[in-house]
Amino acid sequence: MSLNEQHTQRRPIRVPLAEKLWPFLRASVNVFGSVIVTIFGLLLITFIIGRVMPIDPVLSIVGEQASQSSYDAAYLELGLDKPLLVQFFYYLWDVIHLDFGTSLLNARPVTEDIARVFPATLELATIGIFMGMIFGIPLGVLAAVRKGSWIDQIARVVALVGYSMPIFWLGLMGLFLFYGVLGWVGGPGRVGIFYVDIVPSVTGMILIDAMLAGNWDVFKNAFSHIILPASLLGYYSLAYISRMTRSFMLEQLSAEYITTARVKGMSEWDVVWKHAFKNIRVQLITVIALSYAGLLEGSVLTEIIFSWPGIGSYITTALLSADMNAVLGGTVVVGLIFILLNIFSDLLYKVFDPRAK
Amino acid sequence: MKLMNRLLTSAAVGLAVSVSSFAALAQTPDNMLVIAHRIDDVTTIDPAESFEFAGADISRNVYGRLVFLDPNDLDAGYKPGLATSWDVSEDGKTITFTMREGVKFHSGNPVRAEDAAFSLQRAVILNKTPAFILNQFGFTAENAAEMIRVEGDKLVITTDKKYATSFLLNCLTATIGGIVDKETVMANAVDGDMGNNWLKTNTAGSGPYILNSWKPNESVTLTSNPDYYRGAPEMERVIVRHVLESASQRLLLERGDIDIARNLNPEDIAGALTADGVKVSDELKGRLMYMSLNQKHPELAKPEVRQAFKYLIDYAGMRDSFLNGQYTIHQNFLPATYLGASTENPFTYNVEKAKELLASAGVENLEIEVGVREAQERIEIGQSFQNAAAQAGIKVNITVGTAKQILSRYRARELDVYLGAWGPDYPDPQTNAGTFAYNPDNSDEANATGLLAWRNSWDTGGLTEKTAAAVQETDRDTRIKMYQEIQSEFRETSPFVVMFQQIEQSALRDNVENWSTGQAITAAAYWQVTK
Repeated sequence: MSLNEQHTQRRPIRVPLAEKLWPFLRASVNVFGSVIVTIFGLLLITFIIGRVMPIDPVLSIVGEQASQSSYDAAYLELGLDKPLLVQFFYYLWDVIHLDFGTSLLNARPVTEDIARVFPATLELATIGIFMGMIFGIPLGVLAAVRKGSWIDQIARVVALVGYSMPIFWLGLMGLFLFYGVLGWVGGPGRVGIFYVDIVPSVTGMILIDAMLAGNWDVFKNAFSHIILPASLLGYYSLAYISRMTRSFMLEQLSAEYITTARVKGMSEWDVVWKHAFKNIRVQLITVIALSYAGLLEGSVLTEIIFSWPGIGSYITTALLSADMNAVLGGTVVVGLIFILLNIFSDLLYKVFDPRAK
Repeated sequence: MKLMNRLLTSAAVGLAVSVSSFAALAQTPDNMLVIAHRIDDVTTIDPAESFEFAGADISRNVYGRLVFLDPNDLDAGYKPGLATSWDVSEDGKTITFTMREGVKFHSGNPVRAEDAAFSLQRAVILNKTPAFILNQFGFTAENAAEMIRVEGDKLVITTDKKYATSFLLNCLTATIGGIVDKETVMANAVDGDMGNNWLKTNTAGSGPYILNSWKPNESVTLTSNPDYYRGAPEMERVIVRHVLESASQRLLLERGDIDIARNLNPEDIAGALTADGVKVSDELKGRLMYMSLNQKHPELAKPEVRQAFKYLIDYAGMRDSFLNGQYTIHQNFLPATYLGASTENPFTYNVEKAKELLASAGVENLEIEVGVREAQERIEIGQSFQNAAAQAGIKVNITVGTAKQILSRYRARELDVYLGAWGPDYPDPQTNAGTFAYNPDNSDEANATGLLAWRNSWDTGGLTEKTAAAVQETDRDTRIKMYQEIQSEFRETSPFVVMFQQIEQSALRDNVENWSTGQAITAAAYWQVTK
């Protein structure tokens, strides 16, 4: 046996292992690295913005009429006397330990605040995005298939209104009509006052907590409160999803393989759903993931109108009052959501797109 | 954005024909009071630290104080509270309080003189923002235990100088005068913080209500204290819901899901008044809108010019237009409802008169800068003044900036004219007299940025001494008279153009009685409310 032969014999054992591991490793390192770099950049930028904002965080705690000694005490307590770089590294250290500090404004740990406000947004956004998908995708597909027909025109108008109407106006009108006049849905707030704090908070999402507790009265009440704001967000994402679906579908429907399928006598249903739609799934995932991330950021105006204590109004209030701990904490959470949804949609690509396998 | 918001809101609300005729009205239970209010300013509920409006509302209903303000009779001033009586020593420096017997904290612990002494000492030692209200009596962290002490079963407070008794007692009606349960608080103390961290989000009081929960930006829930020494409140539960948007508050009220809406804008107040079963209650609050002239400016320092500016404000015009319902005309530094307040408002809008005054002072081609914070109504007041001043030949440049930008220039005595608001800090006339009409050292070196008179480089022409005398006058009626005199001189000579006093409008279901937001001197009270 020559040396050469020995070498070729060993090869099947060593190389495929490395070949198998290497892409996985590389992908993991890539994902991990980009996550770290993104988070670091996020923290750095928000930190800098927080420091150059023309708002005095000390003043927002102690008030305008505070004496110099109270002011100084609060100043030192915040560590504002330290150099900026030192303040930033303190902050990084705390974030690594999942400690976002105490909210300057309500004296509670920011982590606790976020754990309280984020489930409210999550609940709202999840129902919203489902509504957007359930109605938006068929509408988009239909508009593409019947391009130029009355159904396409209606879809266009629906989407245009969803895009261009200020959401707070739609919200107020919806509230006025469905709550004020018709009394079909609950008013502002997550749940009616008689149902507050009845079911123990497990997930922070009232619908799920009520289900876990088996309390259907609370569930019904909470549902009547969430349905309007969720529909509003659903409508808003529907506008985007249906337009994007339509344009993706049009592109596919004009492709040659579709003509071939039709020529072969395939039913229109199969052409649309089994051929064309199958090929736009990957693009749609991106669109939906982005819409979902947008909703999870919290829709400030919707939250304000519906007195929904979510993360959007939390961050906005914190920002306006120079509560930097809360702003940075909230921003990190929103940033993480974007990153997680990105990873998640990447994973879905792999499932749906054979080329990415 | 705000204007757009308003326009569209009014469009939405314009559609409100009559809500009640369509759907069955909800109603809150008879023993429950539900209030919609903006509570996002609550940062802490520790009485030694709390200094915001919504926080003061919680505090007033949860904590007892040595002296008591009756929400149904605020004009009467302080009455016996946790202390049933007090004796003043001959030199006027020592007050001995006799404590009410048999009162218990929510924890079940008795309310003792020791708790009262602890609460006040604690506020002085912690030295948080509102501590100055107590420290002006000469208390410091070092001498607190000696100046505020327990003798037998009595609380004894000694001040560094003689002060008007009404001054001290008025200060004790403020949030910082809340008496906390020493045992409970100290059991929760960490690292020598005297329970500050715990009390920020928990309570240890003896008042008519017990705090169930405070969820920031969401709600405050209170349950009545059945053992309250003045009798258990009729409203057994009070829920304050954070509702930011005026239109949402109005819908909730008109639907009957809440009893009181506290933050309706003028459009929604007008709309709510047309709905069935809703009424509106007005109360004067402490905030004053004023303009002040920097006396370093040679022209603005002339007495005729100061006078002229007071004629260049379209008081009635603004009150009846964009300030409608939110502000009333008020030209004195003590807000109406304060001890010693004056309701005389002699100045009216009169451009001719202003021109004469300016001519007699030999002022020509005056150009000045007015600093305003970026708040809608203040900017509008500035623009109204700008128009009037133009007619009198004065060119006004309005600089709009953030609070920090404008205030730091004001504090550094750099602005020609400041246009803004002032809110009293505690319910005694000294709070405003001591800043508008008091300036013992007008030099730049004094750096008395806390004094409005100093910020405007005004040496007060003798009012400083009169103010100092008023704060030591023990006879209440004489003291009132002294403030009246100070204000009448102030109106004529000072460089302050006090223009408006704030009104708070609450919209209520019409079965709600005895509602009180505390006027200018205190916070909202719930225990006297009936339905």
